[in-house]
Amino acid sequence: MFESSLKQLGDALRAKKISSVELTQLYLDRIAAHNPALNAYITLNPEMSLAQARAADARLAAGSADALTGIPVAQKDIFCAKGWLTTCGSKMLHNFVSPYDAHVISQFNNAGAINLGKTNMDEFAMGSSNETSYYGAVKNPWDKARVPGGSSGGTASAVAARLCAAATGTDTGGSIRQPAALCGISGLKPTYGVCSRYGMIAFASSLDQAGPMGRSAEDLALLLNTMAGFDERDSTSLQRDKEDYARDLNKPLNGLRIGLPKEFFAEGLGSDVARAVEAAIAEYKKLGATVVDISLPNTRLSIPVYYVLAPAEASSNLSRFDGVRYGYRAPDYSDLADMYEQSRSQGFGAEVKRRIMIGTYVLSHGYYDAYYIQAQKIRRLIAQDFVEAYKHCDVIMGPTSPSTAFKLGEKGDDPVQMYLSDIYTIAVNLAGLPGMSIPCGFGDNDMPVGLQIIGNYFDEARMLNVAHQYQLATDWHNRAPQL
Amino acid sequence: MQWEIVIGLEVHAQLSTNSKIFCGASTAFGAEPNTQADAVSLALPGVLPVLNKGAVERAIKFGLATGAHIAPRSVFARKNYFYPDLPKGYQISQFDLPVVGQGALTIQVEPLSGNAKPYEKVVRITRAHLEEDAGKSLHADFHGMTGIDLNRAGTPLLEIVSEPDMRSAAEAVAYAKALHTLVRWIGICDGNMQEGSFRCDVNVSVRKPGGELGTRREIKNLNSFKFMQQAIDYEVQWQIDTIENGGKVQQATILFDPDSGETRMMRSKEDAHDYRYFPDPDLLPLDISAQWIDEVRATLPELPHDKQSRYVNDLGLSAYDASVLTSSREMADFFDSTRMHLDTENDIDNPKLCANWIIGEVAAQLNRDELDITQCPIKAYRLSELLAYVAKGRISNSGAKEVFRTMWTEGGDADSIIVKKALEQISDIGAIEKIVDEIIAANADKVAEYRSGKDKLFGFFVGLAMKASKGKANPAQLNDILKQKLAG
Repeated sequence: MFESSLKQLGDALRAKKISSVELTQLYLDRIAAHNPALNAYITLNPEMSLAQARAADARLAAGSADALTGIPVAQKDIFCAKGWLTTCGSKMLHNFVSPYDAHVISQFNNAGAINLGKTNMDEFAMGSSNETSYYGAVKNPWDKARVPGGSSGGTASAVAARLCAAATGTDTGGSIRQPAALCGISGLKPTYGVCSRYGMIAFASSLDQAGPMGRSAEDLALLLNTMAGFDERDSTSLQRDKEDYARDLNKPLNGLRIGLPKEFFAEGLGSDVARAVEAAIAEYKKLGATVVDISLPNTRLSIPVYYVLAPAEASSNLSRFDGVRYGYRAPDYSDLADMYEQSRSQGFGAEVKRRIMIGTYVLSHGYYDAYYIQAQKIRRLIAQDFVEAYKHCDVIMGPTSPSTAFKLGEKGDDPVQMYLSDIYTIAVNLAGLPGMSIPCGFGDNDMPVGLQIIGNYFDEARMLNVAHQYQLATDWHNRAPQL
Repeated sequence: MQWEIVIGLEVHAQLSTNSKIFCGASTAFGAEPNTQADAVSLALPGVLPVLNKGAVERAIKFGLATGAHIAPRSVFARKNYFYPDLPKGYQISQFDLPVVGQGALTIQVEPLSGNAKPYEKVVRITRAHLEEDAGKSLHADFHGMTGIDLNRAGTPLLEIVSEPDMRSAAEAVAYAKALHTLVRWIGICDGNMQEGSFRCDVNVSVRKPGGELGTRREIKNLNSFKFMQQAIDYEVQWQIDTIENGGKVQQATILFDPDSGETRMMRSKEDAHDYRYFPDPDLLPLDISAQWIDEVRATLPELPHDKQSRYVNDLGLSAYDASVLTSSREMADFFDSTRMHLDTENDIDNPKLCANWIIGEVAAQLNRDELDITQCPIKAYRLSELLAYVAKGRISNSGAKEVFRTMWTEGGDADSIIVKKALEQISDIGAIEKIVDEIIAANADKVAEYRSGKDKLFGFFVGLAMKASKGKANPAQLNDILKQKLAG
């Protein structure tokens, strides 16, 4: 049952081979057994999950079930869900029970999916190892001494360990793709604006995008069908016709042009990761694809640009966490300024504070032009690189992360080393393009390697097709860690 | 030493939309605290702003009414600072790309003292931009704590920034009043200053005439024209005294205390925030098409200044009368309506008569009863009936005033009051001739004196005739008949 695809689970539910309550309980039991070692979930609420499961069973009985009705899906704790503790991995929101649903959550609720629990994450999605969570580090189920990646590390760990059928993530600089790669699962960051950001706690508004994480491209397509859609409450949400992201899954790949950016295969890339990615490319050639060498010359600037823009937006987005209306307020303070200072000093962790400081600095009078404006200009150049590249290819491929999962604590005291683990993913967010990661083998330490597939704007259906055809030909995505 | 006063204004006009600028919560004034604070007003985690088009439409109206450039693309920016009544920790405003560019407003200045004559002046408007209001901090009734009311948080404001074109408190007040009239006239703001719908910040500096601009101090949040004038007068004198005593004016934000009549420091330039403005990534740039501008233009009424010119040039009113009648759209409507009724129903084209009565009797009574023109107990068509009788000579001017007072307090129409009170003038030529004949017969000696050249006696005969008619003889007719008959 835990190895079934979403489609198989849906079929079993609709055929009454299993009820949603039974399926949900199976997952809750498995979580109870294995989550303590992984720390993938921050909040579980079996009563609410099972209540949803009962409602789903009624809907299944009535014959009005959708593709995801009755299926337990874990939600990254960045999404506000009515009645659920929603912490965003921070002490600042340790007591925040959301009074409303994020758009993504209501899309799942409308589909009849079960909210199985809220998954652990780097605090306010700031991190690449899930070590910045106030609720403790998440472990990689392939090796519990290693990180799952971040910031959607809890989701990646839970999906890999089969502690949910599928789950959501968010990706600001690689937070879906990098943990997917490090945990050997599939994850998709859609084109900016495809999924509404309403109710998704903001890190860097111009980069944040929600997306599905699961065990296969086929599952991702079903999840994205539910998550995507225009939402008038998000002004950056895109008004487009509803599409079926599974429509092209079975198209053959003959003639597919794969762009390989030379910058993605240069210094800094682990040789074991390179080998696995090259093997995947070879597989694609067998499937009928051709390879085109391309260049993305400005991607080398993506990390410095990102670490100006994302903290700038974050420093402002996180101002609302002031201890006044909700969330953490320091117990002792002398006056208003002290209340702010104490509450924010105690409520935020070190990485969040570091980024607020950077962001405040780059927006300051006298520095704004040199940092923020300059970074915006380079951001446009980075996006332009991709426009050029897509004149010569249909998708771009490369590694998701330069290395496989590293050890807990290994990069803890060197933020720049940590930032470099997102070197291949960040440019995609800066350009607003869709990107995904699928498992394509294992590295020298037997940890999973991810293949990154970057598509043109709104090309999610083609990317899922490209990933699905590879998954039909290989079985990396079916490998499961021993718990 | 001679000093020149330099004043510029920043006015916050609350736009009259039903819902807030970035969410659907109500903007109604006076509700229980926090009952109009939805998830967006509270800045809950994850919420996002969505721009209210009604607010943009009002900004466009303002731009068109001041002859300003409407930006085809403007940008919302975040102004970052911490304050308990600012729930997001930033205010969404517009910074380097405002929706309304440079415009101008023509004002009528009534000098406050001396014998100087009223004059007209054009004040340049630098820009006007959209932004959201903050909530309120309540310091009473919380046992040493501060209460926060977020009902007002997110209310749409248009911040209207003038050039430092004003040279006296009188000009500043005239500008503020003209702006106040305009925003209500075009229906974008209710102008209620008590409720904070129209708030003025005044930048004041002094300099040697023609010299470089002096250092300014900004008087914050003036909510009456009277206080504005007092605050400027005090501040100007304070700055002049400071400089003449060898001191320097430091840039600062100050408050006016109406009780003491003094200004006091709120914060100095050193305490000024670095607001760290940057474009709000949650909102797309605001694109305004030429078509949208045309649609809004089609809804604009005739503007006060245009109407004023028309009253002077086409209706022959004095500049003063025209400016009083255009002090509000309702006042102008009342005048227009009275004038139209008089013209169409009585065939009397007499704007001056209407103007005199509205500026005189009507305004005085409204003032006495503390009413505004929309609450006037006499409807325009009723007034026009009365004025028709005045114009036709059915009643005397003093009789008309009596009828007016009765209409005001008791209601009713002029005709029945005239009949009931027997105020009708005697306009019957036969009746007046009879009276005149009797007077001539009874005063033969005086008639002889008059005829021999003592013209001054004419008034004596008028007096007798009026007395005989109990004051009801139509004065013009009486004059004519008397002259005729006395001439012999």
